[in-house]
Amino acid sequence: MKFLPLVWAGLKRKKLRSALTFLSIFIAFLLFAFLGALKQALGGGVSMAGLDRLIVRHKVSLIQTLPQSYKARIQGVAGVAAVCHQTWFGGIYQDPKNFFPNMPVEPEEFCAMFPEFVLSDAEKRAWLNTRTGAVVGRSTAKRFHWKIGDRIALRAPIWGEPIGQSQWEFDVVGIFDGEKKATDTSQMFFRYDYFEEARQRDKGQVGWYTVRISDPDAAAKIATAIDQEFANSPFETKTEAEGAFAQGFAQQIGDIGSIVMAVVGAVFFTILLVAGNTMVQSVRERSEELGVLKAIGFSNRLVLLLVLIESCCIATLGGFSGLGVAWLIIASGNPIPSLLPVFILPTQTLASGAVLAVALGLIAGALPAWQAMRLRIAEALRRGA
Amino acid sequence: MSTLTQSFSVAWYNLRSLPERKAAALTAAVGIAGVVGVLVGVLAIAEGFRRAMTVSGSPDVAVVLRSGSDSEMTSGLERDAIRTIGDAPGVARSAAGPLSSAELFVIINLPKRSTGTDANVPLRGVEQGAFDVRGNIRIEAGRRFATGRNEVIVGSGAARAFAGLDVGKTIKVGQNEWQIVGIFSANGGLAESEIWTDTAVLQPAYHRNNSCQSVYVRLTSAAAFQEFKDALTTDPKLSVKVLRLSDFYEEQSTAVTKFITTIGVFIATLMGLGALFGALNTMYSAVAGRSREIATLRALGFGAGPVVFSVLVESVLLSIAGGGLGAAAAYLLFDGYRASTINWQSFSQVTFAFQVTPLLLGKAIAFATLIGIGGGLFPALRAARQPIASGLRES
Amino acid sequence: MNASSQPLVSIHNVTRTFTRGAENVHVLTGLELAVADGEFLALMGPSGSGKSTLLNLIGGLDRPTAGSLAIGGDRVDQLSDRQLAAWRARHIGFVFQFYNLLPALNAERNVELPLLLTGLNKAERRRHVAAAFEAVGLTHRAKHFPRTLSGGEQQRVGIARAIVTDPTLLLCDEPTGDLDRKSGDEILTLLQSLNRDHGKTIIMVTHDPHASARASRTVYLDKGQLSNTPTA
Repeated sequence: MKFLPLVWAGLKRKKLRSALTFLSIFIAFLLFAFLGALKQALGGGVSMAGLDRLIVRHKVSLIQTLPQSYKARIQGVAGVAAVCHQTWFGGIYQDPKNFFPNMPVEPEEFCAMFPEFVLSDAEKRAWLNTRTGAVVGRSTAKRFHWKIGDRIALRAPIWGEPIGQSQWEFDVVGIFDGEKKATDTSQMFFRYDYFEEARQRDKGQVGWYTVRISDPDAAAKIATAIDQEFANSPFETKTEAEGAFAQGFAQQIGDIGSIVMAVVGAVFFTILLVAGNTMVQSVRERSEELGVLKAIGFSNRLVLLLVLIESCCIATLGGFSGLGVAWLIIASGNPIPSLLPVFILPTQTLASGAVLAVALGLIAGALPAWQAMRLRIAEALRRGA
Repeated sequence: MSTLTQSFSVAWYNLRSLPERKAAALTAAVGIAGVVGVLVGVLAIAEGFRRAMTVSGSPDVAVVLRSGSDSEMTSGLERDAIRTIGDAPGVARSAAGPLSSAELFVIINLPKRSTGTDANVPLRGVEQGAFDVRGNIRIEAGRRFATGRNEVIVGSGAARAFAGLDVGKTIKVGQNEWQIVGIFSANGGLAESEIWTDTAVLQPAYHRNNSCQSVYVRLTSAAAFQEFKDALTTDPKLSVKVLRLSDFYEEQSTAVTKFITTIGVFIATLMGLGALFGALNTMYSAVAGRSREIATLRALGFGAGPVVFSVLVESVLLSIAGGGLGAAAAYLLFDGYRASTINWQSFSQVTFAFQVTPLLLGKAIAFATLIGIGGGLFPALRAARQPIASGLRES
Repeated sequence: MNASSQPLVSIHNVTRTFTRGAENVHVLTGLELAVADGEFLALMGPSGSGKSTLLNLIGGLDRPTAGSLAIGGDRVDQLSDRQLAAWRARHIGFVFQFYNLLPALNAERNVELPLLLTGLNKAERRRHVAAAFEAVGLTHRAKHFPRTLSGGEQQRVGIARAIVTDPTLLLCDEPTGDLDRKSGDEILTLLQSLNRDHGKTIIMVTHDPHASARASRTVYLDKGQLSNTPTA
């Protein structure tokens, strides 16, 4: 602690250089944080998937529908605790740019299946009592400034117009929050009975089923059993764990993970060069001062430590600031909600960022610190004017 | 000595002393190389995707969908409508009839070669006229599918991206089996991400009876588009939307292109800033380390202007060198690299190749130059403004 | 003041050889020197004679190629690097020709530096620093940064730093070399008073006869050999 003024003096020596190094590191970590958020946004469904849930979809592809009558048959498979279905509505609110997912569901089963969507009991009751009722996730509600009691209209290119009306209208009866930070609250759910009655096509068909199983370890067995049930029928199914399903989606986007890693790697390598070079130069310029410290009696080890601490100070200051500012910016709002429903800074990114900042300080300071340690006093003192 | 001559001689002197400062110079150059490399890579993705989506849209091809649909998947056209569209004015005709193709677009799941997990692949039913309509379809291996048979041809991009798509192999989709009889190319365009078969065979497999989702026509000329469109949109029996193929493709790719470009620009801006700070750091150090030399030159009579110029020259040259290095590396690593991603609007994979175009490289070098100027300007001004006397005294 | 007969500094048969490229340069050969406690010794000689080298050896900044160096009973030539650093911190105070103050620290913090190596707490350190400033008469400039101090003032800060730990020995390498006559005289007066009134043992390297006149004894170094008379 008492050596801190000495470390600070080293940084203050060339204020501009320290400031620029700080800024370079700051930018690097800002980028790191945003890329972490991006990675989470594109592939986060995997970590949020329920461990005891399976997805049952049409074997050919997700866009094919399944009969609603399958519900009872799935329920009958051993190990199945609960079943509920959803269907892709594809409703558009005013402009296709305002995209958010919307699905008709059976309210009671749905709420039981997905406890991560948090609704108050009053809201749940209102939903059960209102045929045209819909519950909207917090982030979409905020995006369009919807409140409970609002009536909203969607048009549905897939399903056409509802019978007896000119457009699909819904009453907002509830706004749900996510149980966790990374839960997707961009979706809107409305009632299946209203949908089934008013739609003109594919009556009796639903999009996919979510199944809760009593024993997560038996997931593979139960999945096979469900697919067996419908093998060789006109609507064959493919059942997989929710996590695997989400993973499949993430991988359709492509190897975003490696691209992000590549960019991050390049950025850090560059910053490391800059910071390292700065430190080396700084130490070289100060060799006389370091010689004086050694003459006074500072041991080689102590001098090495001082240089390392100085390097780590700048790295952690820059790194933590970058992470912190990114966190503030990301917390203030989602820039592209239609493409990235969830945009948060995962804790893991923050933690690994912090570790990287310290590591950066150590690595960038290693060579100059070693040079400082090995500095021969007599030469150092003679080097200056 | 005139200012110009002074400038060049100081600059030349400056550059000659570069080898003494090679560690710092190398660092600056490599730093910029990294930034430029990443920028080129990300922009190459956007360009590649955009190209895959739009290159195949020739101006004399039009596509007709049901009005209000934003993609083929949400569209639907009945038999009567399809016939009316084929008979509309402006449609080119051959001996066999109008050059049109009523098409059906569905999605099947196939495992991606790179990850082994399933991805959505477009399966398109076309009529025989499709080949003449599109105009750029070439069979690279095997042959066209025969009408009325469960045969498919696979686009070259899809063949590369997905497992098991070779001539002679079979794909099993639900209850049906389809034999792969050929591989086709489409001049790098969107169709190469797709699998094609006969519409008449696809319809019953997907319980579509007599309806399709879209009709592609070849017009007599690009100028005939307006006539064609007007005839259809004023017909009270039809409710359709008519687009040029190029416009349709552009519409279909906006979301992903915008996304990639936004991300790319964001990353590039941040990296550019980082590089700028790094460059400034390097140049300030460079100048500080030589303040006595600079002061000496000025004491000898060289003006401040030439000093500024020389520092700028050094900074810009280093940046261009680094930028060139990064661009070259990016070109070697990325150009033509094949990838695929999901187009949310069609909900299926689009295969594309990273495109490192000359324009892109030019932009990258310009970017590097800007960093060089930014990084050198302030240090240069500082060097020029420092009082000569104090500069001479410095160690 | 220690009236012991043992010399404080005992240099016996010391040789220091440097290797420059393929050549061996013998800067000091077979040197003998004894310095008593409380002496003010001036070390003179032409440039290149090895004065600074000898000073560095005494201060533990360098090791002899051969021979023994005993200071206050400690065999300095046998200590490891780490032991030497600790030993220096306790026993030696350096005064340099170009002051060698850290420009980013103010005078007070510069003087405090050697105390950071001790176990003293902040209050105790502050007391020692204040005492050192008083001894050199610069209390009113304690908060200033080196760049706002004159050469003479900077050197006084340097001396304050050298005495703040109350070291056994003060080593001065051309302390007045960068100062004008008046400031130089002030510094020499200060050194003298430290020697006479406070009993500090001082070894000073100089090539200025005015400076050496203030010392209690002068030795001359030429071509690696010591003598009591100036070389012709």
